[in-house]
Amino acid sequence: MKKTGAEIIMECLLEQKVNTIFGYPGGTILNVYDALYKYKGKIKHYLTAHEQGAAHAADGYARSTGKVGVAFATSGPGSTNLTTGIATAYIDSSPIVFITCNVSENLIGKDSFQEVDITGITLPITKANFLVSDVNKLADTIRAAFSIARSGRPGPVLIDILKNVTAESAEYEFLPRKKHRESGKLKELIDRSTIDFETPSIDEGDIDKLVDMINESNKPLLICGGGVVRSRCDKEFSEFANLIDSPTAVTVMGGGGICGRNPLVTGMIGMHGSIASNMACDNCDLLIAVGCRFSDRVALDPKNFAKQAKIVHIDIDRSEINKNVQTDHHIVGYAKDVLKMLNSRLKQQDHSDWKKFVFSYPTETEYADGGKTLNPKQILSAIARICPQDTIVSTDVGQHQMWAIQHFHFDYSGQLLTSGGFGTMGFGLGAAIGAKVGNPDKCVIHITGDGSFRMNCNELCTEEFYKLPIITFIFNNQTLGMVRQWQNLIYNGDYSETTLDRGPDFVKLAEAYGLHGRRVNNQEDLCKAIEEALACGEGYVIDCMIDIDEMVRPMVKAGDPIVQFLLD
Amino acid sequence: MVKNENAKLQTLAVLVDNESGVLSQVSRMFSRKGYNIESLVVGTTENPRVSRITIDVLADEQQINLLGNQLRKLLPVHSVKRLTPETSIQRELMLIKVHTMDGTQRNEVIQLANVFRAQIIDVSIETLTLAVIGDTDKISAIEKILKEFHVLEIARTGGIALERGKATIHDETKEKGEFNYGKNVL
Repeated sequence: MKKTGAEIIMECLLEQKVNTIFGYPGGTILNVYDALYKYKGKIKHYLTAHEQGAAHAADGYARSTGKVGVAFATSGPGSTNLTTGIATAYIDSSPIVFITCNVSENLIGKDSFQEVDITGITLPITKANFLVSDVNKLADTIRAAFSIARSGRPGPVLIDILKNVTAESAEYEFLPRKKHRESGKLKELIDRSTIDFETPSIDEGDIDKLVDMINESNKPLLICGGGVVRSRCDKEFSEFANLIDSPTAVTVMGGGGICGRNPLVTGMIGMHGSIASNMACDNCDLLIAVGCRFSDRVALDPKNFAKQAKIVHIDIDRSEINKNVQTDHHIVGYAKDVLKMLNSRLKQQDHSDWKKFVFSYPTETEYADGGKTLNPKQILSAIARICPQDTIVSTDVGQHQMWAIQHFHFDYSGQLLTSGGFGTMGFGLGAAIGAKVGNPDKCVIHITGDGSFRMNCNELCTEEFYKLPIITFIFNNQTLGMVRQWQNLIYNGDYSETTLDRGPDFVKLAEAYGLHGRRVNNQEDLCKAIEEALACGEGYVIDCMIDIDEMVRPMVKAGDPIVQFLLD
Repeated sequence: MVKNENAKLQTLAVLVDNESGVLSQVSRMFSRKGYNIESLVVGTTENPRVSRITIDVLADEQQINLLGNQLRKLLPVHSVKRLTPETSIQRELMLIKVHTMDGTQRNEVIQLANVFRAQIIDVSIETLTLAVIGDTDKISAIEKILKEFHVLEIARTGGIALERGKATIHDETKEKGEFNYGKNVL
């Protein structure tokens, strides 16, 4: 059947069972939005305030549901506004397909209005990107893009389509998703195994070797990384940890990969890791990292990381093996499959003495009572107590992010949405919107700081328009807290350009957007506000005043050994 | 750039899609990871849809493995093979234009060309242009000697390489691990 390029895009999205899109229209993508108008009943489009918000929303949708997120943007500034969102998704391995349109073929290369080489710009921050200049190749490219985004180590893919392609017509035939790999670009890629579409077969010998290493170990430590979350293998990972009876540290990206209430969990590891986690890392004799990449925030001093231990790395991406930390053994494979194989070979172990040692150190930080203001733990405890247990938590970046991850117990994969790798301030609200759209039955909260919130608070209008009852908690210390903390500890307290002694008034801001706002500085008001927010079923901003000098503890300086605490 | 005392010149042969933008994708991977490409040669292969890129880069054992694995992650890359001097033959072409003052100098240059089995491909009253094919050492040797004369211009291609014997880059699909990752590679 003949269809226009724009209609082919819609049909291909339906092939992928996509019913939700975040985006922003513009000149070159007009044809696509025109087609969208006709597909309104099948595909719901969420218009954000800014393309960056759309990118983060698609990201939040993808991370919380496990499906591929989709975002639209027009050429030029529309597409460059996506880039922060694309980079955020890339480094955190979140599967998203970005569709942008570029100027028509006759205008390409002429510095036309709103023309930009977005495939060139996004080359280092996408898993793959495509420029489509032939309408006959459009469907094939979109099919490949979705497969690439979700296969192996997931990641963002960008498709840039020339405007004339969206208007031209081509033969289109519905092809169910299962058959995509039997033809076209995907078949070619699979035939030469360019990309890991199939889950790699795992070597039995390697599994046996690891089982032997586990059996020989007296002081094992597991690290639960983002790969556990992406592959949704909570069950297998917990079983693995329980079988080995091993303390388990969690990375920022790994939050929810193992139930935070599991008594084996030692908390976060790394720069702001718990003392228990970091001590365990320094003293263990076997460290098994699953789906983590030993970033500089975990392996601060890679040469001396877990220096007494044999290091084992389980990851789907073999280019991660030995990239940052030299390993003694590794298994390249899908975490779920690897863990299943390991679990079937392992016998129940008991490491009581080792656990006693590890858990003699604190897994959480205590904070002094804030006096006039709230302290971070009071806020988080109140949230945890009052909000439902399966509440999805989206964070921005900074002190509030670390506090939230340190103190909340995340129970399942996809419960925590945070920009761990790229550290994107302004990620949280967009991500919360995406998460609420993808999980309408769950409570979604957004934890942010006054600095982060100011970056993308324009998305409050999206929250209001689509009636998404997200509760935003601003940890308002009137400063860029994390930067101030470094300035305080490392830069002699010279607070260069970090003090946010200025507006806006977040309560009035929320009200201006048609939402509810409340400022609180004691526990009683806070609890009342949370209860009210939950009951009203509408968007709510709670501005929680905290002390300007409150710090994230513990802290290890970048590059220092993991147990050399600057703060404990 | 990544500083490393153990780094030595390593050669990677890479088969890629013969499409626009692929070369920049490959070369940008090196700069993104902090490496400088010492030499890069691109040419067609027996398959018109596939190009072969030969890259020389300063790296140690671990780094070259990581670069290989990063290359394999790029969609247009078909296969990557590390070529060592022991297992491969490498050749480079140099064109060099020498200014000669008189007949004596001209004769000296011609003699040197004969010793190195270089071809004289262009002659004018005052210049001789030589084409030399050989491994990098040989090219560098003749370049050094001819610099005793007045060299007007040099063009070098950079090295290309093939494995000795029956082995080819096609043996090295992405599934097989020559890249020292044990038997549990994809």
